[in-house]
Amino acid sequence: MSLDRRMSSPSASAAPSAGLCCRQLSVVRGRKQVLNDVSIELNPGEMLGILGANGAGKSTLLSTLAGELDIDPMLHPRCPVSVNGQDITQVSVAQLARVRAVLPQKPELVFDLAVEEVVSMGLYPFPDLSRNTCDDLLDAAVSQADIHHLWERRYLELSGGEQQRVQFARTLAQLLAATRVSPQGCYLLLDEPSSSLDPAHQHSLLRAARQAASEAGAGVLLVLHDVNLAALYCDRLALLAQGSILACGSPSTVLQPVLLREVYGTDAHVQAHPVHAGVPLVVFL
Amino acid sequence: MRRSVLVLAGLGVALLIALLLAVTSGAVEIPWRMLPAIVSGRSEDAAPLLRQVFLEIRLPRVLFSAVVGAALAVTGVAMQALFRNPLAEPGLVGISSGGALGAVSAIVLTAGGFFVIATAAFAGSLLATFLAYLLGRRYPGVAGLLLAGIAVNAIAGSAIGLFTYAADDRQLRDLTFWSMGSLAGGTWEIVGWLGPWTLLWVTWLCRQWKALNALLLGEREAAHLGYALKPLRRRLMVVIALVVGPLVAVTGGIGFVGLVVPHLVRMALGAHHRYCLLASAVGGALLLVLADFLARVVVIPAELPIGLVTSLVGGPFFLWLLLTARGTRV
Repeated sequence: MSLDRRMSSPSASAAPSAGLCCRQLSVVRGRKQVLNDVSIELNPGEMLGILGANGAGKSTLLSTLAGELDIDPMLHPRCPVSVNGQDITQVSVAQLARVRAVLPQKPELVFDLAVEEVVSMGLYPFPDLSRNTCDDLLDAAVSQADIHHLWERRYLELSGGEQQRVQFARTLAQLLAATRVSPQGCYLLLDEPSSSLDPAHQHSLLRAARQAASEAGAGVLLVLHDVNLAALYCDRLALLAQGSILACGSPSTVLQPVLLREVYGTDAHVQAHPVHAGVPLVVFL
Repeated sequence: MRRSVLVLAGLGVALLIALLLAVTSGAVEIPWRMLPAIVSGRSEDAAPLLRQVFLEIRLPRVLFSAVVGAALAVTGVAMQALFRNPLAEPGLVGISSGGALGAVSAIVLTAGGFFVIATAAFAGSLLATFLAYLLGRRYPGVAGLLLAGIAVNAIAGSAIGLFTYAADDRQLRDLTFWSMGSLAGGTWEIVGWLGPWTLLWVTWLCRQWKALNALLLGEREAAHLGYALKPLRRRLMVVIALVVGPLVAVTGGIGFVGLVVPHLVRMALGAHHRYCLLASAVGGALLLVLADFLARVVVIPAELPIGLVTSLVGGPFFLWLLLTARGTRV
């Protein structure tokens, strides 16, 4: 492929780089090779979208980068995932919670909590912050996730999309607190954050994520199904197919009919976005 | 928040009233107005019998009921958060059935006696919980613990059946009474040991409210918020076993407190553990003091087994709650 692959160099001897990255990561679950020799790097201040068909390994990649998946020592004598130059296995769970926030795919909360209580949990890893700072951070998260009007409600009474926004606000609060405590090298990992949102809220969520990258300087990684949403907001896109990275680069270089066909198994037409200059628009046929 | 404080205050006042009610009534009535004289010891007119009943029998037993109730309710809340299921309780991992097996084997195999039975019950409950934890560790998440708990409960149940089959008439009677629970073991000696011990660990559990809240979000989410799951799960299991084990050993089977009280508290206040744990502690104490009061006064001069009262009252009450409050709240 003659693509501009802006992946991290896979040479094992390279000095540990900053950012959140994995080198030549393989994950086997049962007999299935879920991820095969994946190298990817998430830099502070950038927004990276992961695209791929169902079962391509997107969520597994996100879980591994989040540091929650055990790494197979048979496949990896050295830890393939590092955060800010440190082996992720060497960083404690509590310490990790102070540099990265994660929004998993399906929220599972079935107990009765107030929206306020759910969002405040994002600040649990930061008992050292003052009351005023906490209030400021919560305010910022709430306004960026657009849930002001839900603040007084009970979580279980909300619709699916509203619950998703509340969970996003919780994650955002954690990230904003992290960037407050350590301005360098904080990360936000979102697994299909917009799956049950209406178009307006899909855009407002992506804008908030964008803001976290550009203004707070966080590295933001999103797993997305909406190719056009990804193209509009992300700096780079990575196409994942059968556990391998097919291409990684700017949206206009990556979103090509040949590659999209390989990833999704369906024909696609790519044209220039009618409104936003330089952004490709994909129409699946 | 203000609502939580109000509910907590209300529960506290109710507990005080219940305590007063419980210490004054029973087979021997102690008039309220004589309480100050009895407590201060300046009781020329108070019969020495009343003083003895109050200080030696009534007071330690009522205090013990409060401690047991608080412990059962708080460990219930912790188990429900750990399993992320409002129907979980300490018995799920074999604490109660292990304790029962220990007690039954002591009743059938030895000459019996309170301390032999209690020691065997304590050993049984710890052993069962340890076994469930050890077996359940082989599977990821809390599902393994649950499955292992079911297996341990089943095995303990069948062993109890075997001992019951082998028991003679007198042993059968002891056995039946043990399984229906009693707070008559609440002497000053027991309260002196188990009171501070239980309160210490209940306080520790109440301080874990953040971790328990995070668990409600989900196991992955709790880890993302900085709570290492395996150590957290192990710590909670150990503490729950250390609190409930000795209590079950002394009281026998007391059901429903760990289920009904947290449920009621969550209906009133929501599941936020900062308040839920405290309110459950006070509510559990209140419920068991009242239940023990009922057990003592309903069939004077005899008394009903406490486990019978809690399930007789608790069961239908719980059913009524489920049928009337069909909200979304868990």
